[in-house]
Order: sequence, then C-alpha cells, then structure tokens
Amino acid sequence: MSLRGRKIRVHDMSLRDGMHPKRHQITIEQMKTIATGLDDAGVPLIEVTHGDGLGGASVNYGFAAASDEDYLRAVIPLMKQAKVSALLLPGIGTVDELRMAADCGIGTIRVATHCTEADVSEQHIALGRKMGLDTVGFLMMSHMASPQQIAEQALLMESYGAHCIYTTDSAGYMLPEDVSERVARLREVLRPETEIGFHGHHNLAMGVANSIAAVAAGAARIDCACGGMGAGAGNTPLEVFIAVCERMGIDTGVDLYKVTDVAEDLVTPILDFPVRIDRNALTLGFAGAYSSFLLFAKRAAAQYGVSARDILVEMGRRKTVGGQEDMIEDVALDLARAKAAA
Amino acid sequence: MNKIKCALIGPGNIGTDLLYKLQRSELLEAVWMVGVDAASEGLARARQFGLKTTAGGVDALLAHVAADDIRIAFDSTSAYAHADNARKLGALGVLMIDLTPAAIGPFCIPPVNLAAQLESRTGNVNMVTCGGQATIPMVAAVSRVQAVDYGEIIATVSSKSVGPGTRKNIDEFTRTTARAVERVGGAARGKAIIIINPAEPPLIMRDTVHCLTTDEPDQAAITASVHAMLAEVQQYVPGYRLKNGPVFEGKRVSIYLEVEGLGDYLPKYAGNLDIMTAAAARTGEVFAGEMLAGRWQPQTSAAAETASKTKELAT
Repeated sequence: MSLRGRKIRVHDMSLRDGMHPKRHQITIEQMKTIATGLDDAGVPLIEVTHGDGLGGASVNYGFAAASDEDYLRAVIPLMKQAKVSALLLPGIGTVDELRMAADCGIGTIRVATHCTEADVSEQHIALGRKMGLDTVGFLMMSHMASPQQIAEQALLMESYGAHCIYTTDSAGYMLPEDVSERVARLREVLRPETEIGFHGHHNLAMGVANSIAAVAAGAARIDCACGGMGAGAGNTPLEVFIAVCERMGIDTGVDLYKVTDVAEDLVTPILDFPVRIDRNALTLGFAGAYSSFLLFAKRAAAQYGVSARDILVEMGRRKTVGGQEDMIEDVALDLARAKAAA
Repeated sequence: MNKIKCALIGPGNIGTDLLYKLQRSELLEAVWMVGVDAASEGLARARQFGLKTTAGGVDALLAHVAADDIRIAFDSTSAYAHADNARKLGALGVLMIDLTPAAIGPFCIPPVNLAAQLESRTGNVNMVTCGGQATIPMVAAVSRVQAVDYGEIIATVSSKSVGPGTRKNIDEFTRTTARAVERVGGAARGKAIIIINPAEPPLIMRDTVHCLTTDEPDQAAITASVHAMLAEVQQYVPGYRLKNGPVFEGKRVSIYLEVEGLGDYLPKYAGNLDIMTAAAARTGEVFAGEMLAGRWQPQTSAAAETASKTKELAT
C-alpha cells in the first residue's frame, strides 16, 4: 500500500525519554538549545519532563538536574511553532503536577498507564480535557496485552476524554506485525476523530519499521527521539524516520537536514555513552522488559557482581511493568545470594 | 469473657475480611453489619455468621447503638460516606476506626503511634492506606534511630486487589500515603508511588522503602531497629516479610518487603488489603482492651469539637 501523501505528526522524545540515558541530568541550557533546534526544524511536538514523567523525581527513578517546572518554564516560551507536552504516570504524578504543567503552558498532556490498567487514568485525562489541553492516553508495555485488550483499554481512555490513544512498545519487543494488529484494531473501535499514536523503542532495531507499520495501519502520531535518544537502545531515531518518510512520500513537515544537524551537533555531544543496541538493550527487547530498567540493571550488576542480562531476564520473567525499578536491586540481591550459595 | 461490641459499616471485600478477623478476637465481638443494598452478598454472609444486619445504612443502626452497647464501629465505605457516618456515630460516643481515605481523625499505624492515639482520647482514627500500613513502620524504624530527610515508598500490588474506588482516585493514595510518611513515619519529606501489576498468577504485595538520612546511617542500629519493627508487625500480619535489606549506600537506606495476607476472605496475594483489615482489627483490640479495663472513654464529637476549638484558641 502506498503511503504517499499521508500526513502525520512526529513527537520528539529526546528531552523526556532521552532523560533516561542521561540519568535525568540534561541541563536547562541543553534543553533550551535542543528544543530550539527541533522547533526550527519543524518538529511539531516536543516532550519535556523527567524521564518518568511529572513527579518522577525520586530515589526510585533518580532526581533530575532541575524540576519539571523549571524545565517547562525555560523551554516553552522559546518555541515558535512547536507545542510542548508533558508525560504523567498516575501512581507517580498527580493532578497537582498536571495543573502546574498546564500553568507553565504545555499544549499536550500524555497520561500513561500499564496497558491493562487504563481505569487509573480517569481523573487525569478528564482534567486535561477540561483544561483544554490536547489529551493523550498512553498504553505502556503494549506487547503484554492482545490487540483486543488494548482496544478495550483504549475505549476507556477515549470515554474519559482522550483525543488520541497510543499503543506503546515500552520494551522494544514488538515486531511490525504486532504493531499493525494493535493499531488496526484501535482504528476499528475508536471514533474516527480520535487519533492513534505509536511509541517505539529500538532494542531490536525495529523502531523505524514498527513506526512505518503503525502509519500504514492508521497511526497519525509517531514518537521519535532526535539522535536516537531514549531508554534502552533509544526510541525510533527521529532523523532516520524522517528520511524514510521522505523517501516514502509521508508528509511530516520536518526538515531532514535540520534534524540531522540537531542530532549530530547538539544531541550526540551531550551523551554520556552511545545509546545503541548493546547486549543489555537487546535483552530488554528480547525479554520484554521496560526499557528504563537498563541503567539500573547495569548499576546493580556492577555493585553486586551479577550479570545485568540475568537481572533483566529475571525482571521479564517476573512480569514486571513500567515503574518497577525498585525490583532491580531486589533481584540483584537475590541473584548474588543464589550465586554465593552455589 | 466480656467483649467490646462493635459494628462493621460496609459489607464489601474489606468489611467481610475484617469480619473473619474479628470472629477470632478475644476482645471484640462483631454484632452488626451495615450496608445499603439488601441483596448484598456481604450482608448475607454476615447473617450466616450470626450478625444482625441492615441495608438501611448508618441511620438504621443509630437506634440500636445504646441497646446493643456498640462501642466501636469500623467503617470501610468511602471517604464521602465516612464523613456522615463519623458525625452520627461520633455523637453517640462510638469510637470510629476509619478504613476509608477520609482521614478525619489522626493517622494510625499500630506499631508506631497507636499508643499515642489512646492517650489523645480521639474518637476517630484513620488507617491511612494499604501502602502506608505496609511501609510506614519501616520509615519509623529508621527515623527512630536518626533523622530522615526524605522517605519514599513504592507499593506494588496485584491488579486484582485494587478496587474501582482506588482506581478512580489513585491520587488520593499517593497524597495520603506521602503525608503519613511524614507525619507518622517521621520523614521530613515524604513521597509515595503505587504500581499496579496485572501478572497472573497475581503477585503478592511488594513494598520498597527508601530513606535518605541526614547524617551517615548507623547501619547496626538501623538494622536492629528494622528487625524489631518487623517482629512487631508480624504479630498482626504473620506474612509481613523482609525480602532484602536494609541496604546502605551513602545516606540511602533501602528496605525490600513482601506482604502476604492470611487468606481469610481475601486471597493471600492481597496482602495490601489484609494488612489494612489486620491493622484495623489490631487497633480495635487495643482500644477494646483499654475500654474493658475501664481506662478509656471516647470523647463525644461535641466534646472533641470543644477541645479542638479550645486548642485553636490556645494556639
């Protein structure tokens, strides 16, 4: 099927999901520079918050270099055309933080739940909608539920007032067919005016292919991260996706050369290490574990003398979901004890 | 032996599990189960246990309070309903043990501040949240050794054990728990996180407590305090277990817990619900012990109001 002429919007994640490989230490200055570059390149949506969303600052997920409010107040006034979004995970952040972010001038709020627990998002989605924000429901770890279950959960979020529903491959586990099935099912059940989005991780190098599959099945918003930032092996790399869209005639409105320059000149220099498919990031995708677990597993592995891969496989085996970073040290301690006993 | 008579308001999962626990009590006798739906399974079950029941709500109970000598009421309805229930029963001198998020009365975490509630002669105590009951004893175990700048708790519960009320207002959980981590746990600043996990078979409740101490942690003293607190909680929740820790890294102290329920009415994995009903039953028993010994008289709500007004004027 030709996708020529299809219009979609890309949503940049480098300043939110990209906070994970930076241990949430991106400075306000770096945020301003990168966001300005993306705005100038025509990226229509840019997410800015702690990697785990509003209120994510914690021992469990890490404290950021600045508060969500400071980041948002620094970036939003500089945007000429791009709208800034914030992420919120009920159970971590609350409506208090949503109100704060709205006061800072965000255009979009994205409310994220595990893919089977959409009913915890009612108060946040309803408030986002009531405040006139573009409101998105974000179903994480979508590989853990069937297309039908995803559709049922999406209908709940739509009923609370969401304008757009995402099927989110938080573990970078899904293959193009998995994405197509989920997006197609969403397109069947949701109202025609409700948009569908896809958020990928590149742990099995499927970020771009999965995103194209999503567009082909009817998705109109695609999350990408400039310079391949993002948890695990990064999100769908923005500049690569834009190049592929250009070849296929998909209209993103983004200037390819400008985003490649932002990636090369602004993003790459701030990385602490190359975000790539190393054995641990690959394990995330293979075992179906939440991509943000990567650095925590590496740290616990070094501290307790066990393998990060073993930790991640065990996290997958325990069917952990997004936000269970606390279980990484717990698993590492269990593995170290088992090793000592052996 | 003489027992203190009590009423249970709300015949849902929590009320029913609590009833199972009260049936074993040597100090408490459940006499009434109060609901609002005559067809409710919970009311039928309570009748099988020999309780008097009404579907007429608290209003239908009021006339029987004096005749049946009801001294304690456990409320597991909703925050909204509790405000009304507390006012009506409080006026009759009934001690309210509040399992809703209403938190009209002071927070009660039995091994930490139940004794203080007895002294305060409050007529209403609030049982915080499941995550609070599971974690705040450990925050307090650290803060009784040395100052805690920041206390953070992560409660992970099985999807099946989280009811529609909690889901509709999950912010209430995070806010109330965080506040109690400060007020009862003794951390200068508190944060609470809740994670709902749908895995099958359902996972047993897991809780993680992170404290950041002001000065370098005294590892031996904190470890001893954590183990002493563990034994205290195990008195009323035998399935309260230390899985790992305390782990020390710089000023961070981390404690990894698992809470398995008794499996009375609720399944064992729902340790989050069990620890609420067990803590409420424990609280009721301690108050009942004082009542039986003639050492405790609840303030009427009118007296409490006067007392609080006097206090306001004084401050």
